Amino acid sequence: MSEQFEPTIVGFTCNWCSYRAADLAGMSRIKYAPNVRLIRLMCSGRVDPQFVFKALAEGADGVLISGCHPGDCHYVEQNYKTMRRFALLKMTLAALGIEDARVKLVWASAAEGNILAEEIDKMVAEVKALGPLNWKGDRRPKTEDGRVPSSVIGHRSVVEGVAV
Amino acid sequence: MSKNGKPKFAMYWAAACGGCEIAVLNINEGILDVDANFDVVFWPVAMDAKYKDVEAMPDKSITLTLFNGAIRNDENAHIAQMLRAKSQVLVAFGACACEGGIPGLGNLSSKQQILDTAFSTISTDNPKELRPQTTFKMPEGALHIPTMYETVKSLDQVVPVDYYIPGCPPESNQIAAVVGLVIKALKGEAQLPPAGAVIGASQSTVCDECKRTRGEKTITQFTRMATFQPREDQCLLEQGILCSGMATRSGCDARCPVANMPCVGCYGPAPDVIDQGARMMSAVASVVDSKDPAEIEKIMRGVVDPTGTFYRFGMPRSLMRHAKG
Repeated sequence: MSEQFEPTIVGFTCNWCSYRAADLAGMSRIKYAPNVRLIRLMCSGRVDPQFVFKALAEGADGVLISGCHPGDCHYVEQNYKTMRRFALLKMTLAALGIEDARVKLVWASAAEGNILAEEIDKMVAEVKALGPLNWKGDRRPKTEDGRVPSSVIGHRSVVEGVAV
Repeated sequence: MSKNGKPKFAMYWAAACGGCEIAVLNINEGILDVDANFDVVFWPVAMDAKYKDVEAMPDKSITLTLFNGAIRNDENAHIAQMLRAKSQVLVAFGACACEGGIPGLGNLSSKQQILDTAFSTISTDNPKELRPQTTFKMPEGALHIPTMYETVKSLDQVVPVDYYIPGCPPESNQIAAVVGLVIKALKGEAQLPPAGAVIGASQSTVCDECKRTRGEKTITQFTRMATFQPREDQCLLEQGILCSGMATRSGCDARCPVANMPCVGCYGPAPDVIDQGARMMSAVASVVDSKDPAEIEKIMRGVVDPTGTFYRFGMPRSLMRHAKG
């Protein structure tokens, strides 16, 4: 094992603050670890815990959730919802034996490119130290191009007329 | 078809409590319709039959098989595969077969931890530290008992399943309706739904069927039924009782909330929800009234065993499926 482990981290960022922070980091030529795959959502409040579980179950070694600072949310208070959701998510992840450092919540304003870059660097180093997650959860049947067919994602809908 | 011209029916009990079997008998006189329209060829709870009898049947010779229970060991899996081969329509019957059910909570511990708890804790008198062996040699030959799997699986994680009837147990009126539909379909009077469908349930959430009045939810503290007498007309969640209605598929007529008990989520994820527990987390986070991290933490600590509560019936079929191990 001479090759060093490079973790894959899925980063959910919000359109108004943290994605712009990442943009700023880029424009300011701040160097940070290239392990994070950023996904832009309108708000950190859009991050359904399902997204986090799906990422972890299908190969991510860590998940970063990032949004506007509390009080600064473009949608007034949806990031408080993120904060509350994260508290429950953390409890569940702990029960599943997933290390704390693998899933992180970071607030970064549009002016804080340096802070986001620092946090990403820190997280990548921590996850690197933990090693790969290699979750065995995802054994769902796949189509030839690797997608999970929609019939396998959850149950199919009920057929009307059978339900009483 | 059997000699008497009737289509064949089978029911099997894997890793489950047996409540599903009782639920089938709870369709009352409806059970006579089952007998009138089907030839029951294999139903270990109700009649004597041996696995070798089923093995001897031709493939696809059983018209309808209701399979209840999760897959916990290699015997469960073997019978699931056998019944899949012998059946035209295989139904995952009840929460355990559909989602993993209560036995699926075992996925939060490793097999080793489960065996340690069962055989080596203070409540067990086992001075020689004996553990069950899967084979044992006797003068008459080797005896085998089923090998426990590392994790619990839902039925569709082992074999393809045609339909799902959720519930712990499925409501008797729903079972009767499904049996009625199958009988009609056999006579050519009705069409069976497309394969993969959830049948015997509805298209919404338990909240939709619940008659309690709902208002603005601002929860500052969670309480438990043991220490609190909730009002009978107001949403239980609003009163601080953790109720899984909003993430759970409807079809039960909100039976638990009607009886002043919170929904435990036995009908599985609501339509279009992949992970019931994750949806519960989202819902609970939305109704807690606090913006202070320390206070939020304190309120959330009031949820006793969040993972076991949110995934009470669905751990094996959730996105993560099991704890790390």
